[in-house]
Amino acid sequence: MVAAGSPKTISVTLRVWRQAAPNQAGRFVDYPARDVSPNMSFLELLDVVNDQLTVTGEEPIAFAHDCREGICGTCSLVIDGKPHGPHQGVASCQTYLRSFSDGAVITVEPFRAQPFPVVRDLVTDRSAFDKIQQAGGYITARAGSAPDANAVPVPKADAELAMDAAQCIGCGACVAACKNASAMLFVAAKVSHLGLMPQGQPERDRRVLAMVNTADDLGFGSCTNQYECSAACPKLISHDFIARLNRDFIGATFRSGFAATPANTGGGAG
Amino acid sequence: MSLSGNLFRTSIGRKFLMAVTGFILIGFVTGHLVGNLQVFGHPDKINGYAHFLQSLGGALWAVRLVLLAAVMIHVWAAVTLTLDSRKARGTEGYDVRRWIRASVSSRYMRLSGLVVLAFIAYHLAHFTLGTVQTDNFKGQLAPYAMAADFHLLGFPVVAKGEAVADVYSMVFLGFANPWVSLFYVVAIGLLTVHLLHGFESMFQTIGWKSSTWAGWLRGVAVAFCLAYLAGNVAIPGLILSGAAKPAAGTTAAERLAAPTSTDPR
Amino acid sequence: MAKLDSKIPSGPLAEKWRKHKSEIKLVNPANKRKYEAIVVGAGLAGSSAAATLAELGYKVKSFVFHDSPRRAHSIAAQGGINAAKNYQNDGDSVYRLFYDTLKGGDYRAREANVHRLAEVSVNIIDQCVAQGVPFAREYGGLLANRSFGGAQVSRTFYARGQTGQQLLLGAYSALSRMVGQGAVELFTQEEMCDLVVVGGQAKGIITRNLVTGEIRRWAADAVILATGGYGNVFNLSTYARGSNTTAIWRAYKRGACFGNPCYTQIHPTCIPVTGDYQSKLTLMSESLRNDGRIWVPKRKEDCGKDPASIPEADRDYYLERLYPSFGNLAPRDIASRAAKRVCDEGRGIGETGLGVYLDFSEAINRLGEAAVRERYGNLFAIYQEITNENAYRTPMRIYPAVHYTMGGLWVDYNLMSNVPGLFVLGEANFSDHGANRLGASALMQGLADGYFVIPYTIGDYLASQKPGSRPSADGPEFREAEANVRGMNQRLLGANGTQPVSHFHKRLGHIMWQYCGMSRTREGLQQALRELATLREEFWATVKVPGSADTLNQSLEKAGRVADFIELGELMCLDALTREESCGGHFREEHQYPDGECKRDDERYAHVAAWEYQGPGKEPLRNVEPLNYEFVKMSLRNYK
Repeated sequence: MVAAGSPKTISVTLRVWRQAAPNQAGRFVDYPARDVSPNMSFLELLDVVNDQLTVTGEEPIAFAHDCREGICGTCSLVIDGKPHGPHQGVASCQTYLRSFSDGAVITVEPFRAQPFPVVRDLVTDRSAFDKIQQAGGYITARAGSAPDANAVPVPKADAELAMDAAQCIGCGACVAACKNASAMLFVAAKVSHLGLMPQGQPERDRRVLAMVNTADDLGFGSCTNQYECSAACPKLISHDFIARLNRDFIGATFRSGFAATPANTGGGAG
Repeated sequence: MSLSGNLFRTSIGRKFLMAVTGFILIGFVTGHLVGNLQVFGHPDKINGYAHFLQSLGGALWAVRLVLLAAVMIHVWAAVTLTLDSRKARGTEGYDVRRWIRASVSSRYMRLSGLVVLAFIAYHLAHFTLGTVQTDNFKGQLAPYAMAADFHLLGFPVVAKGEAVADVYSMVFLGFANPWVSLFYVVAIGLLTVHLLHGFESMFQTIGWKSSTWAGWLRGVAVAFCLAYLAGNVAIPGLILSGAAKPAAGTTAAERLAAPTSTDPR
Repeated sequence: MAKLDSKIPSGPLAEKWRKHKSEIKLVNPANKRKYEAIVVGAGLAGSSAAATLAELGYKVKSFVFHDSPRRAHSIAAQGGINAAKNYQNDGDSVYRLFYDTLKGGDYRAREANVHRLAEVSVNIIDQCVAQGVPFAREYGGLLANRSFGGAQVSRTFYARGQTGQQLLLGAYSALSRMVGQGAVELFTQEEMCDLVVVGGQAKGIITRNLVTGEIRRWAADAVILATGGYGNVFNLSTYARGSNTTAIWRAYKRGACFGNPCYTQIHPTCIPVTGDYQSKLTLMSESLRNDGRIWVPKRKEDCGKDPASIPEADRDYYLERLYPSFGNLAPRDIASRAAKRVCDEGRGIGETGLGVYLDFSEAINRLGEAAVRERYGNLFAIYQEITNENAYRTPMRIYPAVHYTMGGLWVDYNLMSNVPGLFVLGEANFSDHGANRLGASALMQGLADGYFVIPYTIGDYLASQKPGSRPSADGPEFREAEANVRGMNQRLLGANGTQPVSHFHKRLGHIMWQYCGMSRTREGLQQALRELATLREEFWATVKVPGSADTLNQSLEKAGRVADFIELGELMCLDALTREESCGGHFREEHQYPDGECKRDDERYAHVAAWEYQGPGKEPLRNVEPLNYEFVKMSLRNYK
């Protein structure tokens, strides 16, 4: 049901980045889409265009997508210069055509950053985020070893703040939006989530040092405090967490720089 | 990684160094401005104060070295972080690019920083080394005889009648040149823009900022920057407009009274 | 004929799991690293299993078709996770959770499995909290609970509306830790295309790298499938677009039995379909039914009218009318079928006539708009984002949509299929939920399987395998399976027809939804089987898959998955046709009480149907595992 006053259909032109392989040159190609429903989602428009391309024997546009409800973090389009399109607080898959005017030319590009190389067309390789996670984005808790869940109370405010950070869907829009391709909002979200929980304290310093160093090594840039990341974030995760990350990192740097090291880190008698 | 490694190699470490050196430099420019504003008082004030600073000897050099190191670290970190970030952005840029909310001042930090750096060089050459506008330089001017004992924080530092360098006249004569003043005002304007982002950014980088009081911090930053700008523009502005005239009997008053002396050469 | 031994331990219900754990064989710690397990899928079950097996010392290879394990569709679960912690002191217990789950499943699950699930539910919460999952808490810092899905106790733990996300990120972090330590080798964008069976035992898989197109052979001592459900057989569902049946379907074709494929859960509160371009149905949380009233016009003629202009007297609040005690909170399957019935009568609303109103005007009048906004603001915002309608002013339009599949590969108590060495976890297996799953139970099952069941039970199998006995991936069975995969890809690329894959997927979805959806009939299912056979032939003759097999080719990925879905659709219809009763998510119109409720036939159908593949073109074999209820009496599931 189309709301009163909105047009029955609209026509737009998609100006899409096409690139056959990582090492090949890419270019923009125009695809007109006529008389489509404004209630269609942006990804559904790509589906429709792709079906037309398939029928005419052209290769469809490759784009990453999965859940189509804004939670999996797979979709990753820069639409008219903004990651995830014109709206705030939504992912590409939650962008609808009613957000565009009839006759609009819509430029669609992949997320761009040196650590996110283009795989094909609009698909990029974001495995760098997994590597940051593997470097320390966890609390060591072997299955079976956990104490009762209510053994350690967590202040409600801390749990809620941790949840604010933990909402990160790992899409990489923060990197795509940042002029420095910095991953600080992603790292900050993880470090803050775990660092706010009492369970996360034993590994807190180790975690922040390892994750930041890994992000640097993977080639992400630095933060210049412009907050484009948090504005582009589909979950609107606050850049306050970057301040928290900085504080944690600096504290950990000095603590680890002066702390005594145990003489023997090996296991017990065996 | 070691302490120095984490500080000098990682992105956050280098940002931290920028924040700390930025803090030192903000402290310096603020103190500097307060000292300079004494030019609007009796010539004894600024000349006595300048003489005191010069008399510190080793301590003055220590402070100068700290400041020099701060500038160097600040610039080094900025340059290396910028280069890293350029590399991180990759070779293929966006075709359509738009800012979402980055403040205007934050977008021109590198430009404003470069102009400020050039200004610092000129400023040192002008008022500290005397390698430009040499005939206005304090070393070239007749010494100034203190009209009264000068006290700083209640301690007597310069005695009445003592001959000291005439900084007072140097400032009046230097800013009497409209081009020098204009460059000075432009540079101060850009430094203010630089500080507008830098002041807040410093708190974010050190990790002392949160949205709870970010609005308040913004207010303080803007107020500070406006005050800084007003104070700094006031010196050349009032001198050039003639609203502030050098005290009678000083070298500046004599020279500015003579029609040719407005031209330093 | 497959041998279906459920291996349910003897003894009292509450003792079975403990007894089993202390009796099954163990692998010596020094030998664990000599065994290699393949885990396919990295949702709740797959990630937790891979991480836990690696923690135990096994060598683990983890395969996901996503670009990161964190993308698995477990991430989209909203409501919560059940656990019999009884933190609310409201009388919950392991037995109650067991009983509710068994009854919710309409007595079509194994008692022993469900009891184990209820037992380990408490460990899951402990484990997740230890990992830092930010569950909702009370001001005192202890965990909060809510009542969910009509349960009479508050046993659901939640993290806002993103419980699945937080649990998955917990499991993903555990997995990431083991990847970081080198104990798990992670292969992303690597899709399993075939199972390799050597000497009757599962000993490896064939994968296709979705980026490079490379086909690779992997040998292991055991293979674990945790690849989720197959609801996308309906094309439109609340599943992610990538969710598919390929891994379990190809395992089925290698001999693993498929249990109860027809049990499908239809969720009553989803946003209705708007057009044929639609790719996805979005779930609106069930919690909306706490304050929203569901209605349709009493008269067909009113259906096109502005709902505000229809007076109270002309509205039919049919759930309140039919189920006075549960009203709008009737269980999912019951609420869904009621919506279908009123729409079938021609009283559905919206452009397509497939929708009912979920009206908040009464709640807004009673509580005020601010209170409603506080409770449901984010859901109203999502609704507006998708439909461009303001649910504070006009009623929401909702319609049921496919949400979960209770069926899956048949497994025994050890979660091992009838093919030794092949384990199946989470939604991919058939166990635990019977014919209908209760809200907040899917997350519980996925994590139970991964963290607390497979780590024990896999040892029982591996201990029977000599360390180092794993076959070489160059063996003839591997080469045959690889050739099979290559052949299928070549057939798809070579068909060079005229229709995109989506064309067939949509048609498949229509057939399945019409004949094998919320309610089923003998004639309808027979019709579906005929149409599906035609569809299958047309697919292979006229599908068009552009591009090559040597690059990222999303058309080829979809084509392979849809080919499997069509075949699975046939099996689902066959299963639905041969189960001559109604139970939970399987409703046969021939078998209902006068008021439209499910009429079970415990005499003839208190069993699991485990279908066994017999080769192309041959009707599969229907094996039966009887469900022996030793401890609970099967009774009528009544929600009136």
